[in-house]
Amino acid sequence: MRKSWWKILALLLLIYTITAGFLWEVPRLPILNETIRNLYFHVCMWFGMMIMFIISFVYSIKYLASNKYVHDIYARSYASVGTVLGILGYATGAMWVTVTWMPDQHQSLGAVLKEPKLIGAAIALLIYAAYFVLRSSFTDMDKRARVSAVYNIFAFVMLFPSIWIIPRLVGSLHPGSPGSDSGNPALNKDDMDATMRVVFYPAVIGWTLLSVWIATLRIRIELLKEKSLLDAA
Amino acid sequence: MTTAAKILTLVKKDLLLELRQQHNFYGVLLYIASTIFVLYLSLPDSPEANVWNSLFWVIQLFVCVNTVAKSFIQENRGRMLYFYSIASPIEFIVAKLIFNAILMLLMSLVSLVLFFMFLSNPVSNTLLFFVITLAGGLSISLVFTVMSAIAAKAQQNAALIAILGFPVILPLLLLLMRLSKLAFAEVFRESAVWQLIGLIAGLDALVIVLAIILFPFLWKD
Repeated sequence: MRKSWWKILALLLLIYTITAGFLWEVPRLPILNETIRNLYFHVCMWFGMMIMFIISFVYSIKYLASNKYVHDIYARSYASVGTVLGILGYATGAMWVTVTWMPDQHQSLGAVLKEPKLIGAAIALLIYAAYFVLRSSFTDMDKRARVSAVYNIFAFVMLFPSIWIIPRLVGSLHPGSPGSDSGNPALNKDDMDATMRVVFYPAVIGWTLLSVWIATLRIRIELLKEKSLLDAA
Repeated sequence: MTTAAKILTLVKKDLLLELRQQHNFYGVLLYIASTIFVLYLSLPDSPEANVWNSLFWVIQLFVCVNTVAKSFIQENRGRMLYFYSIASPIEFIVAKLIFNAILMLLMSLVSLVLFFMFLSNPVSNTLLFFVITLAGGLSISLVFTVMSAIAAKAQQNAALIAILGFPVILPLLLLLMRLSKLAFAEVFRESAVWQLIGLIAGLDALVIVLAIILFPFLWKD
């Protein structure tokens, strides 16, 4: 019980997010209307993804510093959960785009998707796809762990400007660029109505806890699979 | 020997190797020439400036993959062991970065000249575009040097370099394409130009620092 309190919390927060997110009153702005409820899901996926990638990055550094194989398992598992969250973020975003950015259906989706923020997100997914391809090209465990840790660190640091700096400098339809009024999407308190913040912040925590939970399950499976190897080492 | 002298010696060794085994060099030259010739045949006579610019940078990207790809693969295990005993990993990677940058600058120039020859010259400020090309070649070569160091550790490395490098190079490449529009007489705010230059320089510095920090871990086997 002492150890599983956060899992219960994650469950409660997500039940709250889904019920309150779908039922509570939200401000209705032109174009956005009720689709703003997607905020409780779409933005949380990106939060979760970034947090997973940061944890993976930290474990890669730890692996290089300590050479403990367990850290490689951690880094790999968090990266894979982060990738899944990224795909979900893209999917929820694509649904949102079709109703908000494409009022007339004659526009091509391709033109709309050339957004700095979306390019950043695509780069993130490509980098982690490449990370897994790199991993699979090794047969030697230690070498695989070390080289992929190096790539993880390098790619993550290079990813940082393409997600956090460049989209903030160029105009975009996405919230959080200089063309729109807001600075930081999601964290700027002027951007969001108070009634929405009551749901949004718990939602972020809930989804993040859930993703950590999934990652820990993956780690446990991996640890069991490689138990014989780890015991020998 | 001091660090600088060692780096210089390593760069010299690479240059000498390149001069002795010229098939690599000519191979890449032929690659550039034939790619641009294919473009020449497949495109309308004088392509629009935007198309020209995009094609130019995409070709730069592929030229760089081909130029830099061999830099770590050509070193076999025994030779790496020898370098290990005479130089530190930092000296080794800095030497490789410098050598690949020199090689890539040369290749960028060649491809620029061939582009002008075959695909006409829509650039309004040729000198400026020349400078941007050099800066771009340098940036791309830095990233791909690190990628080839990583890929050399894996088995099927040639394809891997492209897979690993493309997502990482994307932001840089987009910035370069944007900046080079400056040479096509596109009007920019002055602050925007400096912002672009600052970002590109910052990313280059980041790659160099990361290469120096991370290469020692790739080095030891």
